[in-house]
Amino acid sequence: MVSKDIMIQMIDVNKWYGNFHVLKDINLTVHKGERIVICGPSGSGKSTLIRCINRLEEHQEGRIIIDGTELTKNLKNIEKIRSEVGMVFQSFNLFPHLTILQNLTFAPIWARRMPRAEAEKIAIKHLERVRIPEQADKFPGQLSGGQQQRVAIARALCMNPKIMLFDEPTSALDPEMIKEVLDVMVELANEGITMVCVSHEMGFAKTVANRVVFMDGGEIVEENEPNEFFNNPRWDRTQLFLSQILS
Amino acid sequence: MSSPPPWSGSNLLVFEPRPSRPAPRQTVGMIGWLQTNLFNGWFNSIFTVIALGFLWQTVPPILSWAILDAVWTGGSDACPPGYEGACWVFIFNKFRVLMVGLYPGDHLWRPILAGGVFIALALVTVLRILNPKKLIALWFLIPLPIYWLIAGGLGLTAVDQSLWGGLMLSLGLATIGVLISLPLGILLALGRRSNIAVIKAICVGVIEPVRGVPLITILFMASVMMPLFLPVGLNINNLLRVQIGIILFSAAYMAEVVRGGLQAIPLGQYDAAKSLGLNYWKTTALIVLPQALRHVIPSLIGRCIALFKDTTLVIIVGLLDLLGMVKASAQDPEWLGHDAEAYVFCALIFWIICFSMSRYGRSLERQKEEE
Repeated sequence: MVSKDIMIQMIDVNKWYGNFHVLKDINLTVHKGERIVICGPSGSGKSTLIRCINRLEEHQEGRIIIDGTELTKNLKNIEKIRSEVGMVFQSFNLFPHLTILQNLTFAPIWARRMPRAEAEKIAIKHLERVRIPEQADKFPGQLSGGQQQRVAIARALCMNPKIMLFDEPTSALDPEMIKEVLDVMVELANEGITMVCVSHEMGFAKTVANRVVFMDGGEIVEENEPNEFFNNPRWDRTQLFLSQILS
Repeated sequence: MSSPPPWSGSNLLVFEPRPSRPAPRQTVGMIGWLQTNLFNGWFNSIFTVIALGFLWQTVPPILSWAILDAVWTGGSDACPPGYEGACWVFIFNKFRVLMVGLYPGDHLWRPILAGGVFIALALVTVLRILNPKKLIALWFLIPLPIYWLIAGGLGLTAVDQSLWGGLMLSLGLATIGVLISLPLGILLALGRRSNIAVIKAICVGVIEPVRGVPLITILFMASVMMPLFLPVGLNINNLLRVQIGIILFSAAYMAEVVRGGLQAIPLGQYDAAKSLGLNYWKTTALIVLPQALRHVIPSLIGRCIALFKDTTLVIIVGLLDLLGMVKASAQDPEWLGHDAEAYVFCALIFWIICFSMSRYGRSLERQKEEE
């Protein structure tokens, strides 16, 4: 354990889409500063799981507690939790009608009521951190995929989140752009931010994860620290999956 | 990150992209243009010749009617019955009625001033002098002093609404119609996509019936039937009732246009805004609507043009807008037989205004494409 502070706690979480049971009795605890990589075949429920953490999806049974606050129907709670949980999506989801700088300052100004000048200062700082300060006045459509994803990471960081969620952040990128995004994520990980990352980048998992979680059919099949996970998978299902993606 | 790749350091060939060549030269000059555009093949050549023949037959008569043989000065006796040219004197004579209806002569400065302000506002819009926020604010504020100028009150002599007419009335109904029906249509469109069943039902319940009946029916109901249902003592005048009818009708159509734009917004935009802690209204107002409205600028402008032209239907409930005044003028016993001039003039005014709107819409689209 890195620390005793629990940031994310999911207890017996269940979710259905109509009659389809997409999350089955999920139990997951993430401590402060921990870095979790979730992997599994498509349709296994990993994206749904990560989207439940900031309630982009609603769970129907069980409890999800984020940094001491339980996710309920209370909208104010949800908005507060969301502003403290950053999220990066597979398809970037930058706001195409706003410049890069406006993308970054948008939430601090409108959700946190931060003065514009201060928000811009923070935005520039984070753009420098992801190494694209020179793109501040461009629009998202003028950037490459890798640059857009780095902007998306910077946008989430501008809210100074306690937790960062990554939902397959490199899956939509060309091979030559994956590295520039992963480099930024590795740096983030080294700074000690709590991270939950749905990813198939096994190299990334080996370098930065404290734990790897393998999901299939809506369940957590196994959960282990990366070395054990990759070298001694306990379940046949995990072994099959690893053999498919590592070959 | 690890050891250098095996090929580094060896004697590699240096790749240099070859210089770009200029594009092949297009056929240029007058002859070239004619060849590519009018005579590229026997089929198009025949068409060109037929079209030239058609123009040869039609343009000269139109020109001589409208300009060469036209009567520009004099009184009602200047163009006797059977005269072959256009009698523009008639239009000059009726100009005031066509513009402002029966508005009393000694207060004429008021609609003139109001028209000047309106034209100035239109110019400011087209020339993009102001940023969009200020421009929108102006469009919602300026109609108030304009209304005061036209209607009177607060120190100005009141001018009864039955005396308003002509282009002034058309523009007034259309402008107020657009200004109120667009926000209303946006709200209806948002409501129709709401998760709350009651709100959704109300919005569908407004949009579908209104969209399902012709505007004439709505105007007729607003003018004739609405007074029957209103509580005794609550007296809304005819013009206001008609304006409400126009707004409702237009809002239902605007709502469907805006809904189309809303559907084009990827769900990821909502996810991103939500994940940053923004509530529904901020997400809608600052992320979703700006994108959705940009998608539907051409259709919205189309609705504005349609609305402006639809205002001519108010003639059936006894209001005399530009077209109404044209009809009335054409029946003036002193000026019989000049329907053509009246309708040509009316068409010209409508075309100028609608074409300007359409060009403005086009320039907005281009601006959007540049971003």
